[in-house]
This record gives sequence, C-alpha cells and structure tokens, in this order.
Amino acid sequence: MHFLDITRETCPMTFVKVKLQLARIPTGQELEIILNEGEPLENVPRSCEEQGYQILSVEACGDGDGKHRIIVKK
Amino acid sequence: MSDHKKISIVCFSGDFDKIVAAYTIATGAAATNREVTMFFTFWGLNALKKKQGHSWLGKDFLSRMFNFLMGGLRSLPLSRLNFGGISPKLMTGMMKKNNVATLPELIEAADALGIRVYACEMAMQILGVEKDDLVDSVQEVVGVATFLNESEDAHVIFI
Repeated sequence: MHFLDITRETCPMTFVKVKLQLARIPTGQELEIILNEGEPLENVPRSCEEQGYQILSVEACGDGDGKHRIIVKK
Repeated sequence: MSDHKKISIVCFSGDFDKIVAAYTIATGAAATNREVTMFFTFWGLNALKKKQGHSWLGKDFLSRMFNFLMGGLRSLPLSRLNFGGISPKLMTGMMKKNNVATLPELIEAADALGIRVYACEMAMQILGVEKDDLVDSVQEVVGVATFLNESEDAHVIFI
C-alpha cells in the first residue's frame, strides 16, 4: 500500500500530487490518500475514477477536523 | 485515458499573476484527466526565456531593448501594484507562507504532467527571439493554424 497526505496542499497541487503519485505506482496496487473535505474530497475521487481507477473506500479520519482517508486501486 | 477532454490556454500576458493563473488552470486540468496545451505569445513568451533575468536577446536595437526591459520569468511584473518589481517577490513569499505552489513549482508540475507548450512563431519573429533562447519544455514553435487545429475540440482560455 502506498501513502499520500495532501491535507497541507492547496489547489491545484492536491490534484497534481495525486496524479503524479498514481502514475508512479504499478497497476493493481493501492494508494491511501489523506485529504481534506470540500474541494479535494469532492473532486479527487471523481478524477481518479475518470482515469479508470477504482475507489475502494472513503472514510472520515482524524478528530472531526474534516480529514478523510480514501483508498484508490490503480 | 477514458476520455479526451481538452483545454487550450493562450498565454498572451507576461504578468506574474496571470501566468500563475494560467499554470494553475493548466496543471489542475492536466491532473484531472484533461489534455492541456499552452500557447505562449507576445508578452507571455517572457515566461519561457532561458535567461530569467534582464538580457539583451534579439537581432536589432529595438528587439534587444524590448527584451532587456521585459526580462524573463524572474522579472515578470504583477499586473497591479507592481512597485518596481518588489511585489512579485512579496507575493511569492505570501504564497509559500500559505502553502500555495509558487510559480517555479507550478512550472515543474506542468513539465511532470506532460503539458504541451508551444511558442508563437510570429511573436518570436517580432521580438527577435529564437527557439534556442527558450526553455527546453517548449515542444514546438507554431503558428495560429497549428494552434487552431490543436484546439479544434478544446475549451480555449485566453489569459
């Protein structure tokens, strides 16, 4: 499982970091992404699915600060 | 790629803030599965010069004067409140402080994402700028016909 935290990134680097990281990992492997609610949570999973990747899970994590964990399978 | 959404950005302005906007849209679009082309013309060409400061590029007196006065990426002025060139440096400091990608970081991301960069043949002719004067990420020097062909089924954004 690969890991990426984009909670400290702002637009457009949130999307850029995810795209570049997914490009680096081999097909079939999974990437765990920690992201903030709002724009990243709404659009990162959608953009991954558009690229043909599978969203395995989306769940809130942290202490109610809006952080979420998603698992993407390439 | 599952689909072919395309964006073409005409980078006409050489203002720091507008170039930041162009690269923000470009990298955001490329990262969200769009095919992106950036077409740099007129003042926008300044952002592509290898020499990022003020240098005497050009073939004749006027073009050399223009290029020297305009400079390159490090000399791009803010479109408002430039204050003799200090504001873009202050703005970069504010961007860093707020975790926003700086212009060099955006350009690096654009390269990594494989964004196509074209330079305008006509504007280069007027300003006496050669392809060798521009950064290696410039794939081709093209005219308006190529740009239009490339943008046939794309959203075109003019900055």
